[in-house]
Amino acid sequence: MSNGYRDIVVGGLWSNNQALVALLGLCPLLAVSNTLINGLGLGLATTLVLTLSNASVSVIRNWVRPEIRLPVFVLIIASFVTTVELIMNAYFHGLYKVLGIFIPLIVTNCAIIGRAEAFASRNSLPRALLDGVSIGIGFTLALVVLGGSRELIGQGTLFDGAHLMFGAAAADWRWTIAEDYPGILLAILPPGAFMGLGMLIALKNIIDKRLSGRKPAPASVAPEPAVAQ
Amino acid sequence: MQFATRSSPHLSGRQSITLVMAQVLLALIPGTAAMVWYFGYGVLINLALAITTAVLAEAAVLALRNRAIGPTLIDLSAVVSAWLLALALPPLLPWWQTVLGSAFAIVIAKQLFGGIGFNPFNPAMAGYVLLLVSFPVTMTRWLPPEIASGQLPSLAESLHIIFSGSPPVDQTWDALSSATPLDHMRTELSQDRTMSEIRKSPLWGNFGGHGWEWIASCFLLGGLFLIWRRVINWRIPFSMLGALLAIAALFWVIDPEGYPMPFFHLFSGAAILGAFFIATDPVSGATTPRGQLIFGALIGVLVFVIRTWGGYPDAVAFSVLLLNMAAPTIDYYTQPKVFGQRRSDET
Repeated sequence: MSNGYRDIVVGGLWSNNQALVALLGLCPLLAVSNTLINGLGLGLATTLVLTLSNASVSVIRNWVRPEIRLPVFVLIIASFVTTVELIMNAYFHGLYKVLGIFIPLIVTNCAIIGRAEAFASRNSLPRALLDGVSIGIGFTLALVVLGGSRELIGQGTLFDGAHLMFGAAAADWRWTIAEDYPGILLAILPPGAFMGLGMLIALKNIIDKRLSGRKPAPASVAPEPAVAQ
Repeated sequence: MQFATRSSPHLSGRQSITLVMAQVLLALIPGTAAMVWYFGYGVLINLALAITTAVLAEAAVLALRNRAIGPTLIDLSAVVSAWLLALALPPLLPWWQTVLGSAFAIVIAKQLFGGIGFNPFNPAMAGYVLLLVSFPVTMTRWLPPEIASGQLPSLAESLHIIFSGSPPVDQTWDALSSATPLDHMRTELSQDRTMSEIRKSPLWGNFGGHGWEWIASCFLLGGLFLIWRRVINWRIPFSMLGALLAIAALFWVIDPEGYPMPFFHLFSGAAILGAFFIATDPVSGATTPRGQLIFGALIGVLVFVIRTWGGYPDAVAFSVLLLNMAAPTIDYYTQPKVFGQRRSDET
C-alpha cells in the first residue's frame, strides 16, 4: 500500500482502476454501460456510496472487532445505497427508472466492500476519503468511456437522455454522428459490453506498455481480461 | 558404416491445411453454383466482398502481430470462413454489412483469440450472428428463388442495389424480396394455419423449400465428397442431421398439421450446409469420437427447438455457436480410454 496522497489518486484513477485492472464490479459495469449518461449516472452513484462508506469504515475502524467487521461493512454500505436510491428516486426519477435494479445492486459491487476491507479499515479518515473519491472517479471514467463508445457504435449518438440527469435544459445536448447512421445493435446488447470492456483493457495495457517505454520487462503486467459474471 | 535412422512416422500423408481448405472450397462449388442459379449475381458479389475483406483483414492483423503473412494467408482458411459467411448472407445485403461481418469474423472471432487453431467459435457463424443481431431488417431480406418469380436483378442492378443500399427506382423492397420457406412457415403457423394449407404456397417445393431443396442437395453432394476424401468424418453430419430428423419426425407424427414434414427441416435453411461445412470445423467443434456424436446431435436438437419455439426462423448459427461453447466440456467427459486402461482406473 502506497503512502503518499498522490499514489492514492493515481492508483484509483489508473494503475489500480477497479474496472480495468482489478476487474471488480463488472456486473453493473457491463449491464448499464449502454449509453454515456447511464454510465455516468451509475458511476456517480457508486462514487458517492464509495466515498461515504470508506469514510465511515475508516472512522469506526478502531471500535469494530475484526470478527464482525464484514457484516458491519455490509450494513454501512447497504444503508448508503438505500439513501442514494431514495435520493435518486426523488430528484433524478427518469434516470432512476432507466438504471432500475442496478442502483440497489450497487450494494453487491465488490469494488466497494473491497476498498472498505483492503483500504479504509486500515487508514486514516482523509486517506480513506481520498481513496473513495479517486477509486469512484476511476470507476466512473471507465463506465463513461465504455458507455460512450457503445452508444456511439450502437446508435450513433452521444449524451442521449442527458435531460434525465441534467434537467430539461440538457435535452438538446444529444449529438448525432449522422442522420442515416444505421446503428450496430450488437454494441448495445450484452455481447457488446464484454467486447468493449476487453478492448478497453487491451487499450490500457498498450498505453501502459508505451509509457513504461524502454524499461526492461514491466513489473506488473495487467491481468488477462478474464471472463467474469 | 552408419545409416541415418529417423523416428516414425516413416510415411507421411500429403495432407496440409491448404490442401484441406482447397478441398472444402471445391466441395462448396456445386452448392454455390446452385445459389447463384436461384438468387442471381448478388451471391457472387457477396462472395467477392467477403473474401477480399477477410484476406485483407487477416493480412492486416498478422502484420500488427508481427507474424509472417504469406504462410498463413496461403492456408486458405480465411477464404473458407469468408465463403461460408457469404453463403449465409441475403444476396442483396448492403455492401458495408458484408464487409463488417467478414472483418469481424476474421479480426475478432479468429485473430484476437490467436488465429487459426485457437478460435473457440466458428468465425463465419460469429460474423453472421453479429450481422443478424445488429441488422435484423436487411439480414432477413431474402429474394424469392428465381424460377418462381422469373425476374432476378441483372448484374448492373445487383451492383447498384448492393452499393447504394436502396432498391431500383421503379421497385420497392416488398416487391423484390420474399420470405424464406422457414420464415413463411413460422408466420403462417403462428396464425393458426394448418400444414396442408401452408404447403400450397409457391414457396414450397417437393420435399423442402422451393429452390432451397436443390441448393441443399448440392451442398449434400459436396459434403459427401468431403467425407469420401476424409477431410471430415461422418460423425458430426450424421448425428446432427439424424437428431434433427428424429425429433422433427417425432413431432410430425404427433401432430402432422402443426409441424412440417421431417424432410422439410433438413432441406430448408442451412441444415445441410451447417451439418457438413460449419459444424465440422475441426478447431471449434468436439474432437473425440463419442464427443462428436453428442456435439452433432445436440446441434440437431437445438436447431429444431429454436426453429420451432425460438425467436428466429433459422437456427444453425446459434446452435453451432452454443455447442462451440460446450465442446471443451464434451471433449473432457468423452476422452477415449487408452488401450490397456482398466475400468477401475477411471476414477
